[in-house]
Amino acid sequence: MNPPAPAALDRGALPWLFATALATTLPHAEHQPVWLSAATAGALVLAATLWWRGRRLPRGWFLALAVVAGCAGIVVEFRTLFGRDAGVAMLVLFMALKLLELRSLRDAHVTVMLGYFLLLTHYFYSQSIPTGLWLLVSLLIATATLIRLHGGPASPALPTLRYAGLLLLQAAPFMLVLYLLFPRIAGPLWGLPQDAHSARSGLSEQIAPGSIANLVQSADIAFRVRFEGVPPGRDKLYWRGPVLENFDGATWRRRPAPGPEPAIDRQGPTYRYETTLEPHQQAWLLALDAPTTLPANAYLTPTLTAVSREPVRQRQRYAFASAVEHRFNLDEGRETLRRNRLLPGERNPRARWLAAQWLAQDADPERLVGRALALFSGSEFAYTLQPPLLGENPVDDFLFTARRGFCEHYASAFAVLMRAAGVPARVVGGYQGGEPNPVDGYWVIRQSDAHAWAEVWLEKRGWVRVDPTAEVAPARLESGIAAAIPAGEPLPALVQFDADWLKGLRYRWEAANNAWNQYVLGYNPERQREFLSRLGLPDADWRSLVGLLAGACGGVLLAVVAATLYRRPRADPALRLWRRALVRLKRRQVQPAPGETPLALARRLAGQRPDLAPAVAAVAAAYCRARYGPDGDLETLRTAVAELP
Amino acid sequence: MTVLPAAFKDWLFRWQKSDGSGPVVLTQRRIFILPSRAGLLFATALAVMLLGAINYTLALGHALVFLLAGLGMAGMVHTFRNLAGLCIAPGRPEAVFAGETAHFPLHLVNDRPTPRLGLEFQAGDGALVACDVAADGRREIALPVPAARRGWLELPRVRLSTRYPLGLFVAWSYPRPALRCLVYPRPGEFPLPPALPAAASGERQGDAGQEDFAGFRPHQPADSPRHVAWKAVARDPAGGPLLVKQFAGGAASELWLDRDLLPAGIDPESGLSILTGWVLAAEAAGLAYGLRLAGSELAPASGEGHRRRCLEALALAAAP
Repeated sequence: MNPPAPAALDRGALPWLFATALATTLPHAEHQPVWLSAATAGALVLAATLWWRGRRLPRGWFLALAVVAGCAGIVVEFRTLFGRDAGVAMLVLFMALKLLELRSLRDAHVTVMLGYFLLLTHYFYSQSIPTGLWLLVSLLIATATLIRLHGGPASPALPTLRYAGLLLLQAAPFMLVLYLLFPRIAGPLWGLPQDAHSARSGLSEQIAPGSIANLVQSADIAFRVRFEGVPPGRDKLYWRGPVLENFDGATWRRRPAPGPEPAIDRQGPTYRYETTLEPHQQAWLLALDAPTTLPANAYLTPTLTAVSREPVRQRQRYAFASAVEHRFNLDEGRETLRRNRLLPGERNPRARWLAAQWLAQDADPERLVGRALALFSGSEFAYTLQPPLLGENPVDDFLFTARRGFCEHYASAFAVLMRAAGVPARVVGGYQGGEPNPVDGYWVIRQSDAHAWAEVWLEKRGWVRVDPTAEVAPARLESGIAAAIPAGEPLPALVQFDADWLKGLRYRWEAANNAWNQYVLGYNPERQREFLSRLGLPDADWRSLVGLLAGACGGVLLAVVAATLYRRPRADPALRLWRRALVRLKRRQVQPAPGETPLALARRLAGQRPDLAPAVAAVAAAYCRARYGPDGDLETLRTAVAELP
Repeated sequence: MTVLPAAFKDWLFRWQKSDGSGPVVLTQRRIFILPSRAGLLFATALAVMLLGAINYTLALGHALVFLLAGLGMAGMVHTFRNLAGLCIAPGRPEAVFAGETAHFPLHLVNDRPTPRLGLEFQAGDGALVACDVAADGRREIALPVPAARRGWLELPRVRLSTRYPLGLFVAWSYPRPALRCLVYPRPGEFPLPPALPAAASGERQGDAGQEDFAGFRPHQPADSPRHVAWKAVARDPAGGPLLVKQFAGGAASELWLDRDLLPAGIDPESGLSILTGWVLAAEAAGLAYGLRLAGSELAPASGEGHRRRCLEALALAAAP
């Protein structure tokens, strides 16, 4: 015996499935290979065309061939069938090909489930507010598709969408309860595939001429900071990233070396603040110089950089305290000082010659620093995002020929001059400044605030920050990059624009994003513990949590049941129409006697009010037919009532 | 101890005690609900998605999974609502012949301001009947049940189920409308017995009522071969339906259909079949006919009412 034939799909349901497939796969076009998007679009168009013309779906061998070809393409593209990106690509491929196989209700079901699954995969790439909204719309379409599948052709488009909206609205309280109370587990549960975290822009472990200038073109937010109390002045906001001690003549690199913890000598107040770091796939945490209190799971390198034990792969909050006025490492190790005087032997000869001249005139390190800074403050140096290309000896070219550069050129040239003069010096990468958002009080530090500066070690003062950029472009420190860069250079519009209304709008949008990040996306196991302790369950174990969860879900379910099943008592529709007729008759001074039936009223009026009698008789007859007749014909009654004088 | 389960059973199934002859309103006690196969698939998908969301620490992934779980719950309530409060009133089934399909009519009344879509009725092992009832609407449906044997055919257990709106749950109920349909015996083919002269007009014998040709009508299984218009058949090269000559003036003679006229040795049920065929043929030929069965007798007459009475008598005749 054959199994019973699966329920066939009615023709009108297919456009819904096409819409579901389109809505759930479209956002992936942004990051997936072009050929896959093209194949998906092709399958969708083919399926829609076959549907439009009423043609048969392709045969099984065609689909099998398409699956094999698609998988082969994915293997070639991603070198694997597994992993995050390849897995998502497979799902998209299956969704596209399933459209060519929509025969039964079960196929349609699989398509919608695949759609729900695809919705989840979008969050690998973005969890922003727009993504959330788009996915809500997709969810509405997919749910309406399910309703349409089971309602059949008697389910027209608009009421179906409205019904889906109602269901989602009723699902929202469940989501809220589960979101807050479902026991949160800190992931990952198992090893993440290699491509789990896509590369994002940010500081790297090396700085070459042009690398910061490139980064500055991005208005992406690097991190946000909330200060407890008054923040330090803007020109004191140096957020320290990697410290680069190894120089090959053109590029500065980080070369971690073992050493003792840095010794910090506070000279002023400490500032407490919390940073919310966007994932940058590096370990450094970008604390304000010099961090005195670190979050758990972080430590200070010998070069004063706060780093976490794991690369930052999620948006994370870190609480710090920093002493902005400080000295550190007055007793620096010999080996470190030696390392920070090294220069590659044969490159940048003119710079080294200049430094040797200075050294011959005055060997005092502090005055050497002053001389170098005085060189930059001269009128021939310019601060620009578009420096000319530099050759084999970039520092020489910059100092003596081009004289135009960005912060990394100045920091690098300064450090080279110092090393050539025998003063230990190094380059520090990080961010400088930031912008407070008046809407929520958070400071926003963007990639465009990326900066590089230098550090020299001086007897009795330890490592001293020297920022040669301040000499060339003092505005950089006081008001930020937009003020320091000449007009017309390629800065992101977001950073450049100064129109007040636009700025206000941007502040609002970023504050909304920040709230979203802090309260929605940032709801992690710690936040859940905080929330539960505020509920009066400070040490909730999973059992009490499950009990609470079950109780809350039960309450929501009861509310939904009540809202769904409760019906306001309603009169019979025929009776309501009859009452409407009586209201009209009352205006004509006609009222039924107590206990008078419609037909009796009509008979009485036939004698008393010949003007009204025929219309009333028609209404009475239609009412009796609607109320007591076999077919319940309301339409006749409705017209009869409407025709009452 | 044995009393308690019985009492519990009584309580559980107390609604079944209604006799079903009047309208039945589906209440929560009459409705059962369980996840469908699609619902199980959905739950599995949600579990996998939750694992993914935890593993990749996707806050919105958590939110999506929880929203979908809520959607499932809301869908359950709405699937239940699709049946709850539906009023089912039994109709009046038309009698059929054995071998045909009986249709049991049911009136569905929806007094809710939302439509009830995707309802599926099934009587016994019969075919599924899908239907919708509009908002504040009424609807009549007919449940087909094959009628195998003559006599009363009780409406088998009716299963009303729905998966609307999301298909993740299936809600069902067993409304018990008290409906039965009379099944006449299957008409058998056998030549009509000769008619006897009516008591009042004893002049003509034999083929009274077969003299004045009145026209043709399509052949029925019970028609006598003598009446088939063989010439007309021969003239029709396309092989159309057999035509039977009809004659006027037959009312003058009367015909007794008696099981004694049946050939000897025929089994009783086949005999009732043949008698049924005779009733149909005699009525079609416009003859006055009477029916004699064991213990009952219907005087010769003709017309729709008489035909019905004869068929009812045959349907309900005690097994000889």
